[in-house]
Amino acid sequence: MDPLELLDLDGTLSPEDRDMRAVVRRVVDERVRPHVATWYEEGRVPVRELAAEFGKLGLLGMHLTGYGCAGATATAYGLACLELEAGDSGVRSLVSVQGSLAMFAIHRYGSEEQRQRWLPPMAAGEAIGCFGLTEPDHGSDPAGMATRARRDGGDWVLTGGKMWITNAPVADVAVIWARTDEGVRGFAVPMDTPGVTAREITHKMSLRASSTGEIVLDDVRLPDDARLPGAEGLKAPLSCLTEARYGIVWGALGAARDCLTTALDYAVSREQFGRPIAGFQLTQAKLADMAVELQKGYLLARHLGTLADAGRLRPEQVSVGKLNNVREAIAIARQCRTILGANGISAEYPVMRHANNLESVLTYEGTSEVHQLVIGQKLTGVSAFV
Amino acid sequence: MNIVVLVKQVPDSGSERGLAGDNTVERQSANNVINEMDEYAIEEALRIQAAEGGEVTILTMGPERAAESIRKALSMGPDKAVHVIDDALHGSCALSTSKVLAAALGTLNPDLVIAGAESTDGRVQVMPHMIAERLGIAALTGARKLTVDGGTLTIERQTEEGYEVVTAATPAVVSVWDTINEPRYPSFKGIMAAKKKPVQTLALADLGIEAGEVGFAGASSEVVEHAKRPPRQGGQKVADDGNGGAALVEFLSSEKFV
Repeated sequence: MDPLELLDLDGTLSPEDRDMRAVVRRVVDERVRPHVATWYEEGRVPVRELAAEFGKLGLLGMHLTGYGCAGATATAYGLACLELEAGDSGVRSLVSVQGSLAMFAIHRYGSEEQRQRWLPPMAAGEAIGCFGLTEPDHGSDPAGMATRARRDGGDWVLTGGKMWITNAPVADVAVIWARTDEGVRGFAVPMDTPGVTAREITHKMSLRASSTGEIVLDDVRLPDDARLPGAEGLKAPLSCLTEARYGIVWGALGAARDCLTTALDYAVSREQFGRPIAGFQLTQAKLADMAVELQKGYLLARHLGTLADAGRLRPEQVSVGKLNNVREAIAIARQCRTILGANGISAEYPVMRHANNLESVLTYEGTSEVHQLVIGQKLTGVSAFV
Repeated sequence: MNIVVLVKQVPDSGSERGLAGDNTVERQSANNVINEMDEYAIEEALRIQAAEGGEVTILTMGPERAAESIRKALSMGPDKAVHVIDDALHGSCALSTSKVLAAALGTLNPDLVIAGAESTDGRVQVMPHMIAERLGIAALTGARKLTVDGGTLTIERQTEEGYEVVTAATPAVVSVWDTINEPRYPSFKGIMAAKKKPVQTLALADLGIEAGEVGFAGASSEVVEHAKRPPRQGGQKVADDGNGGAALVEFLSSEKFV
């Protein structure tokens, strides 16, 4: 059985949310699953083709309203992330970065002209977006960013570099965060602007079915209308991260579910000592514990979805979800790999690929430790950030 | 162009299916879906609508649960739906089903009716012909390609030797196979819009049909008994004692394969 149906939680989803999930599941089955092991092995993914396919469905920026976006519920968006990541964390990352980081930033902080220019083609998957906050020397500490934007007459001149930027090598637009004399500001930077270069980061051992890049900004001159007028200070990019983390809360469960269903099928058919290994108590204990954790994570995601749809979701609640669900997902992936024995490391099964991907998911969009500190600060009132 | 697409809700052919105690298809406990071939019919209607304009209406006869499939059909993009629902319809044969659908089509006045060539539950493949006959319009059945040129419809029908080209004037009924197109995925906007689209329900009385003409009471045929297909027999093993080749030929010729 589907281990996510153990507690019969689907009955409380709306028919629309269920239908959207069914569509994403089908697209992942037909367009992602048959190819993803090859993409992973070869370290490349057809981002533009996938974005066009996802755009047709309305998957990109699906939880935003207007400008060609579908205006779906946060729960539907979460379910979509779950199904995408059951295919591969890299494919879900593509969608998260496009919708929750790049499109959300423009939607929330952009001018009307910026929204009109960028959002409809991004929703359709015709324009690819990326989000430049992290730098080579500033990961968990974005406040220390070295990228600068200085005024020059009516223009801005950006200098610096961004690292680990999903979609950057194929992007048409980057939302770049830079320090100015007035504080942190965001810019919608067309990637063909002179002085902007993006390089693919190769030799990754994780998220290999995802395009990851480094962006170099070498005296990039931009008019003032490239600046996101609504974004003032670091809280703007951090609010975008909260959006993306919300998707990860759900997505990680998808990778875990795919591992667990693989391990369940394997345990039932694999015979050792003359009987299926599913019949051994130690294997059943592993399977039961994993199913329980998966259900608990799903309940947590569903609850956060309900809060989000009621407009009451707070950042530290998303931290609870990201901390728990990614931590449990990677534990499930590793445990499933033990059930598959040697086959667990083969690319013929998705388990090792998911486990490797989750190593990235564990630390991106806020490491587990950062989320512990966010929760700790909320509980104690004392900040442990330096 | 006013297009009506016939959509039937059927038990998912990918899961366990069976007959209920009264020898009708078990629909209560089944995982019910849109008949697969009907998705191709909907896609074809939407493509014609995109080129020619007009309206696409879904027509379904079925119990209350069929409303689920109507909503899913509407999420692909059609404008509205008509659901014929009446307890007396339970047990209807193909003939009386065609009577009901033809009467419902009479209220819709379509230029073009598109149907899947068969349903995965009944598989009788006669509905498009029967409906065309009752309405007195042409039946272009088994299409792998459909072109619309004003009021002229042309289909290609696959045969064992090649294909036939058949034309007719509208109004007409066209049935399609799954070679005709690639159905779209419902878009998220389509899914959200579907629940706001009008679905008209019609009972037998609205169609001027008496309860006794349909259902078990009016059925022209009746399933009196059913049995599961016997399990496959184990194959015949040929041990190769040096004459394996000859033994294989003997077996193949005894089964008239060679």
